[in-house]
Amino acid sequence: MAHFIPLEQAVRENLKDGDTVAFEGFTHLIPTAAVHEAIRQGFKDLTLVRMTPDLIYDQMVGMGMVKKMIFSYVGNPGVGLLRRVRDSVENGWPREVEIEEHSHAAMANAYEAGAAGLPLAVFRGYRGAGLAEVNPNIKSITCPFTGEKLAAVPAVRPDVTFIHAQKADKKGNVLIEGIIGIQKEAVLAAKRAVVTVEEVVDDFSDAHPNLCILPHWTITAIAVVPGGAHPSYTHGYYVRDNASYLEWDQVAADRDRFRAWMEENVIKAKPEDFAARVEKLRVAK
Amino acid sequence: MSDFTPNEMMTIAASRALTSSDVCFVGIGAPSAACNVARLTHAPDITLIYESGTIGTAPDVLPLSIGDGELCDTALTTVSVPEMFRYWLQGGRITIGFLGAAQLDKYGNINTTVIGDYHKPKTRLPGGGGAPEIATSSQEVYITMAQSKRGMVEKIDFYTSFGHGDGGDHRKRLGIETKGPTLLITDLAIWKPDPETKEFTVVSMHPGVTREMVQETCGWQVKFADNVEETPPPTELELKTLRDLKARTDAAHKGK
Repeated sequence: MAHFIPLEQAVRENLKDGDTVAFEGFTHLIPTAAVHEAIRQGFKDLTLVRMTPDLIYDQMVGMGMVKKMIFSYVGNPGVGLLRRVRDSVENGWPREVEIEEHSHAAMANAYEAGAAGLPLAVFRGYRGAGLAEVNPNIKSITCPFTGEKLAAVPAVRPDVTFIHAQKADKKGNVLIEGIIGIQKEAVLAAKRAVVTVEEVVDDFSDAHPNLCILPHWTITAIAVVPGGAHPSYTHGYYVRDNASYLEWDQVAADRDRFRAWMEENVIKAKPEDFAARVEKLRVAK
Repeated sequence: MSDFTPNEMMTIAASRALTSSDVCFVGIGAPSAACNVARLTHAPDITLIYESGTIGTAPDVLPLSIGDGELCDTALTTVSVPEMFRYWLQGGRITIGFLGAAQLDKYGNINTTVIGDYHKPKTRLPGGGGAPEIATSSQEVYITMAQSKRGMVEKIDFYTSFGHGDGGDHRKRLGIETKGPTLLITDLAIWKPDPETKEFTVVSMHPGVTREMVQETCGWQVKFADNVEETPPPTELELKTLRDLKARTDAAHKGK
């Protein structure tokens, strides 16, 4: 049963050192505020799962919180490389991070398998791909009906998944729209799920019957954090802050500049600061 | 005809390869520009699909990422990421997978993962994302990239996505039934695989380009077709469409 609590409490009660955690959002609805709270609380030895680990995982890796990453695209989408992740992989700074790398198809299937309660995902993939040679968790399985050889990867089953969504109703049901990505699967695959939302409304009685809705009993905790996806966006609320993604390429290029930026914008900041960051990006309702 | 840059010629030549009946899985960067120029000129009914789940999208500005809100706003429908990869890509609905490359070899194998050894890389690149399965599940694959000796190499450091492997029937031997790379468009030329060896062969050079220029910017010994044609220069409409699109995009990404 979802309960509404402050973000600080939601993170403290649901994340632990050493957890396998997914902060999901496929370009859209990235739970940045939740990640920044996790950084402030200083968690260690996390195994991070995400299809597209962009800025928020760059930040956690740069802060030395990460033991292992499971992912399928470790870039700043449309901009280039993730410079803190690079520094870790190439130079071990601030620590070495173990890497389990997949393709998007594999990760999407692995989350879906997790949500479906299966131990593995089966799909037609990785044919001729180099990842199959360097990642021992990529195996193959033969179809018992046709004899076709297919790829198999383990299901993703996070200890906890964090997502950001448009809104919750008063009972704690959560609505997601726009590019819905992998969030539904990531929530249903996890033992615990924490959602940050833009706002709380009375009910969803006027919503289309086929909208993506997570019932309140699939969610552990909800925190209201307007702007909580910035510099990602929330469809219908504010647009993607592309200039910030371009700026991050400069910030993350230098260790000292990175540390200073994190101190100023994360360590000394609060969840309430996100609302002001999206003020100029808001769309007319 | 006004002047145009090699990059503009590349994008426009790539756009011409697409038709209104194509269902195109669009990679970010150069492929995205080419696909949208095609949509805005000669292929208005082309279906553009981005891996974020947007089907039949028609963005007014080029997305910075594969998941910009513009893609969803203008799409016919938006599906979840697992549905995108399972039903639409793996299900065989994509006619053209359009990819860019950091490193490419003459058989259309692509590396966007690492420079150097995988476990001790000299440069860690973003990796494959959707590309490994786009390369094998799309009915055919087009590749576009600017030529350079660093980019077009005799041997790639990592097989992020499989093209024709070592050439010949290598795809078939791995159980891959799709055609793989059938077209390469660079800033200097248009290349197609040899029907037997599958080695990319120059079939057309852009206006003003010489064989020496193609060879100097390519890390393997270039093969030329018996009859190398000259790529028609961009038309006024093509050039204006591309430049307007870029101008709108630059303004939007800077938050103006």
